[in-house]
Amino acid sequence: MLAGVLDALLLQSGYNAALVGIGAGLLGAAAGASGTFLFLRKRALVSDAVAHATLPGIGLAFIVMALLGGDGRNLIGLLAGSAISAFAGLLIVEWIARRTRLSEDVAIGAVLSVFFGFGIVLLTVIQTMSRGKQAGLEGFLLGATAGMLFQDAVVIAIGGAICVTLVILLRRPMTLVAFDPDYAAASGRDVRLIDLAMMMLVLTVTVIGLKLVGLILIVALLIIPPVAARFWTERTDRVVLAAGVIGGVSGYVGAALSAAAPGIPTGPIIVLVCFAVFVASLLFAPGRGVLAAIIRHQRFQIRVHRRQGLLALAHGEPIYDPLTIAVLRRARMIRKDRVATDLGRAQAAKTLRDEKRWEIARQVYTDEAISGRYDGLTPIEAVLTRDEIADLDRRIGGPAMVAGA
Amino acid sequence: MGADFVILSLTPLLIGTLAAIACALPGNFLILRRQALIGDAISHVVLPGIVVAFLITGTTSTWPMMLGAAGAAIVAVILIEAIKRLGRIEPGAAMGVAFTALFAFGVLLLEQSDTSNVHLDVEHALYGNLESLIWFGADGWGSLLDRQALAELPPELGRMAAVTAVIAILTLVFWRPLKISTFDEGFAGTIGIPTAAIGFGLVVTAAVAAVAAFDAVGSIIVIAMFICPPAAARLMTNRLEAQIWWSLFFAILSAVLGFVLAGYGPLWLGGEDAVSAAGMIATVSGVILGLACLYAPHRTRIGAPATPD
Repeated sequence: MLAGVLDALLLQSGYNAALVGIGAGLLGAAAGASGTFLFLRKRALVSDAVAHATLPGIGLAFIVMALLGGDGRNLIGLLAGSAISAFAGLLIVEWIARRTRLSEDVAIGAVLSVFFGFGIVLLTVIQTMSRGKQAGLEGFLLGATAGMLFQDAVVIAIGGAICVTLVILLRRPMTLVAFDPDYAAASGRDVRLIDLAMMMLVLTVTVIGLKLVGLILIVALLIIPPVAARFWTERTDRVVLAAGVIGGVSGYVGAALSAAAPGIPTGPIIVLVCFAVFVASLLFAPGRGVLAAIIRHQRFQIRVHRRQGLLALAHGEPIYDPLTIAVLRRARMIRKDRVATDLGRAQAAKTLRDEKRWEIARQVYTDEAISGRYDGLTPIEAVLTRDEIADLDRRIGGPAMVAGA
Repeated sequence: MGADFVILSLTPLLIGTLAAIACALPGNFLILRRQALIGDAISHVVLPGIVVAFLITGTTSTWPMMLGAAGAAIVAVILIEAIKRLGRIEPGAAMGVAFTALFAFGVLLLEQSDTSNVHLDVEHALYGNLESLIWFGADGWGSLLDRQALAELPPELGRMAAVTAVIAILTLVFWRPLKISTFDEGFAGTIGIPTAAIGFGLVVTAAVAAVAAFDAVGSIIVIAMFICPPAAARLMTNRLEAQIWWSLFFAILSAVLGFVLAGYGPLWLGGEDAVSAAGMIATVSGVILGLACLYAPHRTRIGAPATPD
């Protein structure tokens, strides 16, 4: 098993398998990258409707080709049929969302279920037509690379390459429309056309991916890579790139795994590889990841407790909170019996003085940009210059005689 | 309409109709709350739940399956929320991530385990097997009064009827809070309705409907019935009460017409074998929605002219 996977990863398990692997990688990259625009446009689930809407097209194409006396299983014919019905599904989603009071999610759900249902009806018709002979169309539901013909693999590889090229060519207008459709329209771009181009790209990816991933799960390749990529960066071009890489790697690794285990449909394996990358991103990405958030929170907590503890020391108040004690102990500011060390006294005095400086600063600088920075944790040196602080200190003045003393 | 009908068609017809009603009722609220795709997500995640339940218990009997599916639905809801909150991801994409991954997991598990001796496969999960729910014990209309024959009714019928009744009762009991929190969540909160609990309860109810219907008729009908009849009803009226009745009417119409067309349509066209009833029911519900989109009285948004002029 392991040797088989390794062989497939290194393109050593036959010409077809190598071609399928490369095709899956290209397809995954194209899906991840084009899915990013869909995700940024907040229309990720439209692709689900498009994917399910391919089924009646596959069925009709098979019936037409079989009735014309040809081989109903011709992949190019089937893909052409699926593209037509997917496009019809897309148009209906747009039409329902635009022309009736129903929202887009209702339109998506309706098209998805009805087209898929009709496709199933056609599949049962085909079962009767082909009588005993396996039409093999079930492979389109969940993807199957086992028994894939050479020309099928070529179609997938070429299709994947075309999609990648299209993404590279269209990335600028699609980014613009995804972020600010109004600005795009105002600067003279045809938003509807660009939207249509984006959806056509998604449709192409879906159709190419039918044989490999299957129509139920192809949507995962369009959604999961961008969502995973979003954790790693805040820049669009990098999200697109990262999503492409994640999709490509998932496709390639998934295809290799499935080459080593031919009994299992390809689609679920590719999707699960992709999901594993997503989980890793969710947990470990710097910045937006869960682990990073936990570390950030803990650092914040320590700063708050340190300040509160130091202020208490400066005021000579006792400290009871165990976390505050632990923080101050670790910084060697108090001894085991909670008495301040020299360092602790110095830091406490500084904290108290900075507190007073802030108080004056907020009266002097009514400007939001400065007084708004006061949150008790920002050191005043980070906001004001040395001269300004010296000025504040002058205002505070030195010790003065208290009346009656 | 004789004995054959009672034996072969009566029970699947009833089960299909009940499943359609059970899904259409919560569907009304889901589409008004912009959660229409929850049904889609639930019907995908039911598969891993059922497979896990099968692997644990080794049987395909009802309760383990139901529990497994319900558990999976709850896992999915938690997963979606976690992705949404932890990653600050928009709900649609979060849902897409969660349900595709869970479905993929279910398929993989199913293909890995030995299910050759039980009736459990992906195709069955998708389009069910409505046609096979035959009443073997019947020999005509008289069997409806025959206690022994009644005992041989397919167990799916009783289950589906019970679930449908529970959902109808829940809808009636919680009608007022459900309606108010659906239309004005803020107001509902101020008058003391627990809106979060109502929302979660609705999703759980939808999950129960999906699981029960899924068992008998497959996930296509579930998704179609969650969305199409309520959506068509939404275009017929501006009153929620009327919308519910319309949606029930459309759901029953889809189920009956779809079943009849699937069973007898090919014969009329000169074919020999029936086509998939689940698929046909979904198709009919889509045709009804299409007609509603074209001709229904309240199809446009408020304020927009009914006819383009």
